[in-house]
Amino acid sequence: MQLPPAVHARLAGGPGAAEPLPVERSPKAGAVPFRFTARQVRFPREHEFFEDGDVQRHLYLQDVLTQVAGAPERPRVPEFTCQVAGCCQVFDALEDYEHHYHTLHRNVCSFCKRAFPSGHLLDIHILEWHDSLFQILSERQNMYQCLVEGCTEKFKTSKDRKDHLVRRHLYPADFRFDKPKKNMSPATPRATVQVSAEALGAEGEQVEGDAMEVCSEPAGERHTAGRRLSLAMGN
Amino acid sequence: MWLRRQGCLRPAGCGVEELRRRRREREAALRKARREQQLISKRLLRDDAPEEGEGGCVAVILGQAEIQQFLQLAQRGTEEKERGRALVSLRRGLQHPETQQTFIWLEGSMRTLVGLLTSNQALLQLEAARCLHELSHSEQSAVAEACLPATSYLLTYLSGHSSDFIELCLYTLGNLIVESEAVRRQLLPQGIVPALAACVQSPHVTVLEALGYALSQLLQAKEAPEKIIPSVLGSTLPQHMLQLLQPGPKLNFGVAVEFAWCLHYITCSQVNNALLITHGALSTLGLLLLDLAGAVQRTEDAGLELLACPVLRCLSNLLTEAAVGAVGEQMQLRDERVVAALFILLQFFLQKQPSLLPEGLWLLNNLTANSPSFCTSLLSLDLIEPLLQLLPVSNVVSLLVLTVLCNVAEKGPAYCQHLWPGPLLCSLLGTLAFSDTEVVGQSLELLQLLFLYRPEAAQAFLQQSGLQALERHEKEAQLQDRVHALQQTALHS
Repeated sequence: MQLPPAVHARLAGGPGAAEPLPVERSPKAGAVPFRFTARQVRFPREHEFFEDGDVQRHLYLQDVLTQVAGAPERPRVPEFTCQVAGCCQVFDALEDYEHHYHTLHRNVCSFCKRAFPSGHLLDIHILEWHDSLFQILSERQNMYQCLVEGCTEKFKTSKDRKDHLVRRHLYPADFRFDKPKKNMSPATPRATVQVSAEALGAEGEQVEGDAMEVCSEPAGERHTAGRRLSLAMGN
Repeated sequence: MWLRRQGCLRPAGCGVEELRRRRREREAALRKARREQQLISKRLLRDDAPEEGEGGCVAVILGQAEIQQFLQLAQRGTEEKERGRALVSLRRGLQHPETQQTFIWLEGSMRTLVGLLTSNQALLQLEAARCLHELSHSEQSAVAEACLPATSYLLTYLSGHSSDFIELCLYTLGNLIVESEAVRRQLLPQGIVPALAACVQSPHVTVLEALGYALSQLLQAKEAPEKIIPSVLGSTLPQHMLQLLQPGPKLNFGVAVEFAWCLHYITCSQVNNALLITHGALSTLGLLLLDLAGAVQRTEDAGLELLACPVLRCLSNLLTEAAVGAVGEQMQLRDERVVAALFILLQFFLQKQPSLLPEGLWLLNNLTANSPSFCTSLLSLDLIEPLLQLLPVSNVVSLLVLTVLCNVAEKGPAYCQHLWPGPLLCSLLGTLAFSDTEVVGQSLELLQLLFLYRPEAAQAFLQQSGLQALERHEKEAQLQDRVHALQQTALHS
C-alpha cells in the first residue's frame, strides 16, 4: 500500500480540519431498490468482529516468557544494615530493603511501635487507641470508621464495625488488622511481652498489628508465640 | 518510551518451528474459547533465576508430608532466611498442578499461608505472596478459589508502599478476578474498586501495569456492564486512566496497553460513554493515535498493534455517542491529522497484522459517515487510491473499503468529481467479479451514487464492458433489482 508523501507531511503538520466541499444530496440517492445510508457503526462486547484482536491480546497476556525475561535481575550490592534504631536486619539487594522498610518501619505508630500495612490503617489505629478525645466523642456519636477504603460508614462500637466488615464487606471474622483495643494494665505480665510475628490473635490474645521485633529478643519468645497457632497439621 | 520489555527466553531445545506450532495451537484454543465466551488468560510473574546447584527450574511434585514440612519450617524455623527458603521450596512445588491440589486439600495449609502473608517478617510475606501467586495462576477453579481467604489482605496491601509487593498482589488479584463470578462476588464488596482507585496514583510503572492488568480482567467479566463498570465510572479511575494514556515523555507502553484495553471494555459496554467524553477521552485517544502513527513511521516495531487495537476500538465506539455533537470544540475529534495517522497505521497493519485492517477501516467509516470535512480530507490527501489497494485483502476488508467510498460519494457531486476520472471505476469493475454477494451489493450501491452525481462515469462504465460485468449477477436474488436499475441507468446515460 503506497501512501502519498502528503500524508506523512500532514501528520507532521499542525492541527486543523479540512474545509469541507459543499454537500448536495439528491433524493434519488440510496432510493429503492438501493439502500445505502451513511451511518456510524457500533459493535457490542461479544461481537465476532473483535475476535482477532481479542485473540492477539490474550496471546500477549499468556506470553509468560516475555514476563520472565522482563523481571529484572536483582542487582546485588555490598551488604548494608537497616539504619532504623534498634533494627539490625542486613540486606544485599535494594528491593529487599525497600520491602522490609515499608513493612516494618514505614507506618509505625509512634506511641506503641506497632507496624501497619498502610497509612490508612495507622491513622485509624492512632485515633482509636491513642486519642483520648476519641473515647469521649464515641460515647455520643459513631466514631468507629469502616476499614474498607471508599466506605464512609461509622459505628458506635468496635464490635459493630466488625459485624459490618463481615456482613457487608465479606471480610474474615478474624481479620488481622481489626483487633479491638485490650485494656492493658501494667500489672498484666502479658502487656509487656513483645509479641512476635506469628500471633494471629487466637482466643484471649488481642493484638492489633504487631510490635516491632527487636534483635535482642530471645528466640524462645518466638517459639512460644508459634505454639499459640492452632493448626491441624498433624501435631 | 516505546520500548517494550526486551528479550524472549526460550525453553531449552525449542526451535523456531516448535514455537510457531505452539503459538498456532494456543491461538486456535483462544479462538475456540472466545466463541464460547470463555476467554480467560492469566499472567504469571515468575522470577526463575536459577539457583546454584539446581539442575533447572523444573516444577517438583511435592507430597503431603513434604508440604507440611515446608510449612512448619516456614512458621517455626529459627532463622528468617531458612524460613524463607522453605517457602521458596514450597513455591517451586506449587508450580505443579498436582502439588497445588495436594496443598489445597491439606487441612490448615491455606490458613498457615495467610498467616505468613500477614506476618511482619518482610521476607516471609513476600515468599508467601509468591506461593499464593502460583496458586492463583492455576487453571483449576478449585485451586484459585482456595485463595479466597487471602483477598481481604491482598486488597489491604494495595494501600501499602512496597512496589514489588503491591505488584505481586495485583497480578494475583488479577488472576483470581478472572477465575469466576463467585470470586468477584467477594472482591466487589471487599472494596476492590476503591482499592484500585487509590493505587492508581502510584508513581511506579510496574505497579501501574499490574493494576491495569487487574482492572482489565475485572472489566472483561460477563457481569461487568451491570455490576462493575458503573462503580468504576463513579470512581476517580477514568480520569487517571486517561492521564496515563496521554502521549508524552511519561507514556509507558506496557501501562498504556493495559489501560487502553480497560477503556475498550468500558466503552464497548455502552454504560456511560458520555462521561468519558466529558473527561476528554476523544482528544486524548486522538493524540495517542497520532503518536502511534509517528512511532510506526520511525519503524519502532515493538508490538505497536497491541496498543493500536484498543485505541482504534475506543475511538470508533466513542464517536457514535450522541454526546459528541453536544460537547465543546476541544473535546471533539476533528483533527485532519487523525486521517493521516489512520492510513499510516493501515499500511502498517497490512504488513504486520492484516487481521486488524477491519478495525482500522471501522474507525474510518465512523469518521467519514457524517463528516464532510473528513471526506474532503480523504480526497485532498489523495487517499482514494491507497484505499483501493486494500480491496483484494479479504471480503470483510473489501466491504468496509466500499462502504467508506460510499460515505464519500453520497455527499454529492462536488465529491464525486474527485472520484472520477480516476482508478475507482476500474476497481469497481474488479469487485463486480467477486463472488461475495455483500461485496457485490456494496459495489452496486457505490455505482448508483457515482452514476447519479457523475453521469459521465456511467458512459465510461459502458465503454469498459460494465454491462457484461453486471450480467453475471442478474439471477442473484439479493442483487437483481439493483443490477437492473444500474443497467437502465447506464443505457440511458
